[in-house]
Amino acid sequence: MGSNGTTMAANGRRYIKLMIVDDSNIMRRRIERSQQFEELQLVGTAGNGLEALELFKKTDPDVVTMDLTMPRMDGIECIGRLVAMKPAVRILVISALADKATAVEAMERGANGFLNKPFTDRQLNEAIADLMR
Amino acid sequence: MLHETELKTFVEGTTNFFEVTAQQPASIGSPYLMEGSPAVHEYTGVINISGKREGVVYFTAPKAMLTVLLMKMQENDFSHETMRDLVGEVANTISGNARRDFGREFVISVPSVLSGEKPDIPQKPGQRAFIIPINWRSHSAKLIVSLT
Repeated sequence: MGSNGTTMAANGRRYIKLMIVDDSNIMRRRIERSQQFEELQLVGTAGNGLEALELFKKTDPDVVTMDLTMPRMDGIECIGRLVAMKPAVRILVISALADKATAVEAMERGANGFLNKPFTDRQLNEAIADLMR
Repeated sequence: MLHETELKTFVEGTTNFFEVTAQQPASIGSPYLMEGSPAVHEYTGVINISGKREGVVYFTAPKAMLTVLLMKMQENDFSHETMRDLVGEVANTISGNARRDFGREFVISVPSVLSGEKPDIPQKPGQRAFIIPINWRSHSAKLIVSLT
């Protein structure tokens, strides 16, 4: 990810703002705990698409992990809305929906990567690394 | 009539969750036919299936098994809500596997979660429900598959 996708902190260090969207508390905590990138700074988590839109407006994240099956607003619709607000945002879908049609639909809406649940820590970090390249 | 390949999809969806998430494989016991209402554990994830086939799939697990699974996931919240969350995630994985393998002819619901309540497993004439024991470490859960 180039310098346009980063934010400068007061100490001069560049960091990448991360938002985690998943209706499972366990999964949100797991993603937060397992990601190993020092430059990623968690700016917030959301439990559905509507919460994600609100949080996105407040925190302007650079990278988003996005579940698909969620109440109130699903991940597919949310991806389209986030990309419309910030085309440069990088979105990694993390979902148990393992069929190709769903992955294609998410990518067509603007997602940049797809990771199936369940996942290992290594798979998660490889997927995030791919996303930030 | 339930096909062996269909049963395999549901079973693999379940065992895959344990193997990947906890890095410890689960084994399956001998499947048997359900007679009457099954004894369920404290937490149950439910997936409804319609379309080409109709029925329901349950994953039911004891609290002790879910607690150890949470520990293996480095989780430190063992509340009732977290138990429900976890059993829902297992059901979510089973559902995702089924969508991938069965395609769009099967309409597979977003999983729901029961805790404590005894689930209603309606059986139509001629419909058979299979119970597959899912063994992991010293614990045992059940996968209940009932499809027309």
